[in-house]
Amino acid sequence: MNKKWIEKSINKFPVEPNLINYAHVYKEFRWEGVADEFEGVPAGGLNIAHEAIDRHANGALAEKTALLWLGQNGERKTYSFAQMKKETAKFANVLKTLGISKGERVFTLSPRIPQLYISVIGVLKNQSVLCPLFSQFGPEPILQRMLRGDAKVLLTTKALFEKKVVPILEKLPELHYILLFDTETHESEKVLSFSRLMEEASDTFEIPYTDPEDMSILHFTSGTTGMPKGVVHVHKAVYTHWMSGKYVLDFHPNDNYWCTADPGWVTGTSYGIITPWIHGMTNIVDESEFDAARWYKILQDEKVTVWYTAPTAIRRLMRIDSEPTKEYDLSHLRLIQSVGEPLNPEAVLWGKEKLGLPIHDNWWQTETGGIMIANLISQTIRPGSMGRTLPGIEAGIVHQNEDGTITEVNEPNKEGELALKVGFPSLFRGYLHTEEKYKSCFVGEWYISGDLAYKDEDGYYWFVGRADDIIKTSGHMVGPFEVESALMEHPAVAEAGVIGKPDEMIGQLVKAFVTLKSGYTPSNALMHELIGFGRKKLGVAVAPKEIEFQQNLPKTRSGKIMRRVLKAREMGLPEGDTSTLED
Amino acid sequence: MTKDEIKRMIIEQILEVAPDISVDEITPDGSLQRSLEIDSFDFLKILTAMHEKTGVEVPESDYAKVATLESMTGYFAAHL
Repeated sequence: MNKKWIEKSINKFPVEPNLINYAHVYKEFRWEGVADEFEGVPAGGLNIAHEAIDRHANGALAEKTALLWLGQNGERKTYSFAQMKKETAKFANVLKTLGISKGERVFTLSPRIPQLYISVIGVLKNQSVLCPLFSQFGPEPILQRMLRGDAKVLLTTKALFEKKVVPILEKLPELHYILLFDTETHESEKVLSFSRLMEEASDTFEIPYTDPEDMSILHFTSGTTGMPKGVVHVHKAVYTHWMSGKYVLDFHPNDNYWCTADPGWVTGTSYGIITPWIHGMTNIVDESEFDAARWYKILQDEKVTVWYTAPTAIRRLMRIDSEPTKEYDLSHLRLIQSVGEPLNPEAVLWGKEKLGLPIHDNWWQTETGGIMIANLISQTIRPGSMGRTLPGIEAGIVHQNEDGTITEVNEPNKEGELALKVGFPSLFRGYLHTEEKYKSCFVGEWYISGDLAYKDEDGYYWFVGRADDIIKTSGHMVGPFEVESALMEHPAVAEAGVIGKPDEMIGQLVKAFVTLKSGYTPSNALMHELIGFGRKKLGVAVAPKEIEFQQNLPKTRSGKIMRRVLKAREMGLPEGDTSTLED
Repeated sequence: MTKDEIKRMIIEQILEVAPDISVDEITPDGSLQRSLEIDSFDFLKILTAMHEKTGVEVPESDYAKVATLESMTGYFAAHL
């Protein structure tokens, strides 16, 4: 036993974990068995909205709080499952009345307000497809995603609409409606008031037959060589949500659950909306951004029992020299899970020392739809490891061979690409309109994740890095190509190479190296102009934080910028194989 | 240092991380992070620069007290 490992004593838990014997549960688990956990749509099939809201509203949990919303100005609102059923039915009727049908894409660009959560379920009830955007995207990322996702409707606020959508509106001729959450009257035939439409809508809606393979959610993920891709998910993904809610989040009937992720990203939808409601949990949503004192107060006042958060936030809490358990009553908290990027071992141990609970890291991706590998409440934590594969999930470490085949690496502690065996219900069903890209993610029966990792002798996985150039910043993926393309639209920029520069707080920060066109010279003023240009076009979530001017960028003989070399130079590391580098 | 000088210094630092913002967008009582789209990384950068210039360090637990231009100005004025 390694002295850094964190052992668990089952008899010390306030409630008995759902999984105690990992090996047994893993061996016995069958996906077919999960079907019994769902009621099914009365009209037939499987629909996330019915399983998340309606079936609870029709049963014993009708009056239980489904959504507990905390506004940034101190507001506190609750919605029971019965209320949610009515509100979401109204929104499904709104969409139906507007002529939005099955499979058509409804985008959201919104702060974390109740209307957003109501809309998400309403969209699924209407069998339309939810496409969440992050509200800190700038106009360019919004445009690229809406074009690629064939946006028919956008749900947003007046301020976000005016600032980020009006400038690109004429490039979106297929966008039929914009529904504003915070206006009382319709602005035009196209720009409508959400609340006005809701007032006129009936609060009953019968979900039509829904095939479990029908598209439910389209999340965009960043590409390394191209623009973002729409990751297609289906209603059946709810099987994985149920399984991970049971074993990773260890849901029990009296839990108060808080997921701090924004629904603009996949954690915020899979675990900030769907999973807690599938399990009939009270789901806490805070509108505000990170604020240490506020967060501790929420954990205390709302008696949070299960908390799902992110490394960036944990690292910020760690900066405070305090004794949270002495200043706040955190006695209800019994499980902390973290996702977004690998959690450093110090953070796991900090949790144990300062919060009285170790922090459990886990791993998954937009493409997998749900958690795949995790440290579990009842199991030993090996700090720095992402944990072991969940029941129903088979993972492996593979090497890609030159002939396109792969070889599984069976030797422990040997690095390779982390791969998952296909067949689990939430694995994505496609990249919208880019079938070739989708196919290229699979070799035989394996989905190749693009993450590098190794597996130790006991089946714990350890993250090593990305196999490609994708940047992980504050837990979000940023595609270098998207940033480079935007920068190159500036008249001074000849070429741009974008990398993730390691940062203690946010994992990596977006850094751009640029060469200038003749007639322009590097200056502080130009650097500021480019930073501002990036922010305006891309938004704060994607824009480069640092810009460095260079005479030339390292390129292959065929002219492709070698980001790998830029990164090695930035970090003072060996440049690796530079045989393809141009002279 | 007068309050006006502190305020000018803060504005300067805001424009350093977010050069796309025009000065009149910075309202006295609007949340800097929310209304100006300054993320937590940039917010930290502003406070680090202010620390270097004034010697006053804002601990993470006091971040709620420096959320707006007005409150941040007041905070530095009180701690200088």
